Amino acid sequence: MPEKRILLKNCGKIDPGDIQSYEGQGGFKALEKTLGMSPDAVIAEVKASGLRGRGGAGFPCGAKWELARKSPGDEKYLICNADEGEVGTFKDRYILQHDPFSLLEGMAISAYAIGAKKAYIYLRAEYRYLLEGLLKAVSQAKEREYLKDLEIEIREGAGAYICGEESALMNSIEGKRGESRFRPPFPPESGLFEKPTIINNVETLVNIAHIILKGGTGYAALGTEQSKGTKLFCVSGDVERPGVYEMELGCDLRELVVDLAGAEDVGWVQVGGSTGAIIPGEMLQTPLSYETVLGSGAVMVFNESRDVVDFVYRTMEFLNEESCGKCTPCREGTEVMVEILGRLNRGEGVEEDIPVLEELSRTMMLSSLCGLGQTAPVPVLDSLKYFKKDYENRISQSVFLRSLKTVNG
Amino acid sequence: MERNELLNMIKEEQEKGGHVSEGAMAGIAQTLQLPIGDVYGVTTFYSFLSTKPLGRHVIRICKSVPCFLQDGVMMAAAIEKELGISPGETTADGRFTFELTNCIGACDQAPAMLVDDEVYGDLTPEKMVEILKSYD
Repeated sequence: MPEKRILLKNCGKIDPGDIQSYEGQGGFKALEKTLGMSPDAVIAEVKASGLRGRGGAGFPCGAKWELARKSPGDEKYLICNADEGEVGTFKDRYILQHDPFSLLEGMAISAYAIGAKKAYIYLRAEYRYLLEGLLKAVSQAKEREYLKDLEIEIREGAGAYICGEESALMNSIEGKRGESRFRPPFPPESGLFEKPTIINNVETLVNIAHIILKGGTGYAALGTEQSKGTKLFCVSGDVERPGVYEMELGCDLRELVVDLAGAEDVGWVQVGGSTGAIIPGEMLQTPLSYETVLGSGAVMVFNESRDVVDFVYRTMEFLNEESCGKCTPCREGTEVMVEILGRLNRGEGVEEDIPVLEELSRTMMLSSLCGLGQTAPVPVLDSLKYFKKDYENRISQSVFLRSLKTVNG
Repeated sequence: MERNELLNMIKEEQEKGGHVSEGAMAGIAQTLQLPIGDVYGVTTFYSFLSTKPLGRHVIRICKSVPCFLQDGVMMAAAIEKELGISPGETTADGRFTFELTNCIGACDQAPAMLVDDEVYGDLTPEKMVEILKSYD
């Protein structure tokens, strides 16, 4: 299956610094159409499209918008989540660099549908070099009167992975530590400043104009039963051609990493970022969809020479560092996992390490406050499922190393 | 001034003074009528904010998995050799602070780094030395 460039159709074709070149490609036609529809009709199209969140969690977009629209109150917010911190993910950066106007058009449509007069773009500090271009795009859209009823403010992060999590992101905008919140209440009822709020990922919002132009059912012609449309994948690691690829949902992993990106001797692939699933090299026929594996669209490829225990250890170090620390299962759980995986990695493992990792995984998944702690054990459990031999080898080597120490006194 | 301005205010202080000093935090706390601990809590939560003086330029080498797979560790070692400082340290002349950072979203051009707000990808030790020359 070749690439299917719908979301990326303007990238490389338009001048991201000139709104007229976006208009020349049919830009803002969807917004024009939207303004002739009722907000409920817009939401109905998005619901019919089957679009689900592209940031990683995959919540149905139309249903979320409907909740926010129906929530009482005049003051509602739209937030574009441009805090793309998931390891191996750079698709939103690519859109912001090459086609910022398509994001602004999606935001204008979304704000109209939910009834928001104020929107934020939360841009990660690591992407500060994109700020100027984005500010310019907003001011051009304002000049051309596409944002008549909407004020867009860009808020910058300050270096925190967890702020890509929606409730932590809202706390950050409110000037607080970026810690996750207990839910309910969910943001469409009570979010930013305790007002109804919609938070959508950059890529999710870029889909909106296409849905409006094609109609929800037209859009839903692509994809699988529960995964409609196309998705941007970020391929990195041991491949010839790393980069952003747009594929119809349901395509298989082999087409993406082998045929397009040129991977050879694949040991395993992690799909969806640091807490994503691990797919061993023998299972590259796995389709990419919400039904199987997807996440943020990060696709990190590891060749057969790589060490899986070392990789899981590094990943856990990252998650431990970025845990916000608010809830105990995540804060302490990732800490203990780093300690155990570190020992295994250094050749100091013991037999009990594997059952302890498994038990701790269950606890963290059940009791952590947000997605970080709930999914942090995924690479641990997946690697134990497919590469248990590697763990067992580490332990037997450890036992051997210790026996040498005893012999040598 | 309202609470939601806090993060921006802290960032401004950092840009002005090169770091967020105790005095700056106390000033912000007073302006916003917040406990100083609250301001300190926010400042220390975010990795791009620092309560210790930073160099004129901050080098952040990505240590996440995609860069690691492309020898990111060697890039960090090259910086240590070139500048004679370890991660978290600042050169004696105050020119550079060197840090390791988590994924900066430049995995398609790994190994990558940020110097202040600029991103540099497809690094080699030689290329890095050249890049650093352009910062005084």
